[in-house]
Amino acid sequence: MPEPDPERTVVERTGAFQLEGEAAGSALVLSQALSFWGGIDVHTGNIIDQSHPDLGANVAGRILVMPGGRGSSSSSSVLAEAIRKGTAPAGILIERPDPILAVGAIVADFLYGARMPLVVCDTSGIVSGDKVEIGIGRGRQPTIRILKR
Amino acid sequence: MTIELSPLDQAMLNGEHGAAAAIAMKILAAFSSAVGAPKLIDIAGAHIDGCLYHGQASLDFVERLIEGGGRVKVPTTLNVGSFDLIHPTLVKMPEREAHPARQLMKAHLELGCQPTFTCAPYQTRFRPRFGEQIAWGESNAIVFANSVIGARTNRYGDFIDLCCAMTGRAPAWGLHLSENRRGQVLFKLDRLEGEPSDAIFVGVGLVVGERSGDRIPVIEGLPRPRDEDQLKALGAAAATTGSVALFHAVGITPEAGTIDEAFGRRSPEETIAVSRADIDHALARLSSAPDGSPISAVSLGTPHFSYEEWMRFLPLLRSIAPVQGIPIYVNTGRATLKKLLDDGELEGTQAFNLVPVADTCTYVTSILERLDGIVMTNSGKWAHYAPGNIGVTVTFGDMEDCIRSAAVGQVVRGA
Repeated sequence: MPEPDPERTVVERTGAFQLEGEAAGSALVLSQALSFWGGIDVHTGNIIDQSHPDLGANVAGRILVMPGGRGSSSSSSVLAEAIRKGTAPAGILIERPDPILAVGAIVADFLYGARMPLVVCDTSGIVSGDKVEIGIGRGRQPTIRILKR
Repeated sequence: MTIELSPLDQAMLNGEHGAAAAIAMKILAAFSSAVGAPKLIDIAGAHIDGCLYHGQASLDFVERLIEGGGRVKVPTTLNVGSFDLIHPTLVKMPEREAHPARQLMKAHLELGCQPTFTCAPYQTRFRPRFGEQIAWGESNAIVFANSVIGARTNRYGDFIDLCCAMTGRAPAWGLHLSENRRGQVLFKLDRLEGEPSDAIFVGVGLVVGERSGDRIPVIEGLPRPRDEDQLKALGAAAATTGSVALFHAVGITPEAGTIDEAFGRRSPEETIAVSRADIDHALARLSSAPDGSPISAVSLGTPHFSYEEWMRFLPLLRSIAPVQGIPIYVNTGRATLKKLLDDGELEGTQAFNLVPVADTCTYVTSILERLDGIVMTNSGKWAHYAPGNIGVTVTFGDMEDCIRSAAVGQVVRGA
């Protein structure tokens, strides 16, 4: 484990895995739930939902933080396809469990061995640009380290 | 959380029923754990919403199951695909997109799924019965099965519906369990004057979907529907503006003989009064073109037209006899279409520019000849999704208004 940057505040918390895995990246915090189907361009990872406040942001490689999933079950396929193409988030933190995102993540793990951790946890206090590390802790519970920007 | 597997589940997981069953059970177990289901239950059937091509991952998954010798374990119907296999020239798609779209539909048949390719499996011989446990995808089918029939399914979808079909099992959670099927929010409808139109049921569905959130709605004061197609339209609309998987209509749907039964003898968490004005307002928002605007097409049959809807439609079509050259697309299941053709019901309808569409739907693929004009529809679901999906301008009206509008080439209502 690297030493935390003394310039940064570190917050640690836990939660529950919907799909277990490790990831790190810069947080992208969405104020509204995003439907992957009709919501992101699978070729680029750009948010394309015209009604979404974060229209134009790019999810690829980020730790996506949002209240929950939303909308059509086709989002499972779109998430799996984005993971395959490398345009998906590195990990997702959500407040409420989401069966549709869980299926997409589980299937991409199975098909391509690409594990995008999906974690249900308290997302308060995280802002876009914070560095977030998702790890596997004691009892296979997630550990979420938030390094404030 | 760990789930409790039966000896048969464990045998499937261990590969004793073949590689494909093992894959499906592994994913089903991971999913059950992710949603907090303690065990699996038997299902009587499945409806698979995996035939719309969303990219290589869609095809990779089904092909892995085929390689593993996969075969569905329960009667399994298929939802619409991106292609009309009955009328292959209808879909205008470049070959590089058409090829995988067709592949995906055919790959599901290799797994033993039925070639129904309909969003209304409840209109086929695979219709489930009251109380049966099933694993269905497709939002309108889910809400119909739960609400109108009283069969039991959660909102399944891509991949996981197929894992249920391949194992004959589903996670024991959500709407599979009696205690989770009670109503939570009460919608009290104003008394409606006169014969209730189809549009009223669409409008009620739109309002209920918008305001239910993730709660189960109970509707009090719904006019007695003429047939189940009006409830189909209500459910499809509610599953469009919201995520409704089950509604109860007091005195009408099978788990809501009384308001007390609908709520499982508890009190509603919230009561919402719905006026005629609320319904009209919701319907008005489906139309972005005023009366008198020229139309380029009519699209009916979302969800797929039932045989009974055809029997109401065809006499109207013949009596109004539109000859302006405006195409009237009607989406329907291939079994329904076959019956119509076998009985000679469609003879002479080409003169009125009737274009029957099977296996797919006009808002999920490129069928419409013209996308620049205004399209009129009697479907709340089509009106909601088509502008975003295929870029058309939409106006909403009852079936008869749609045909009359085709006859004069412009939007007319309430003749």
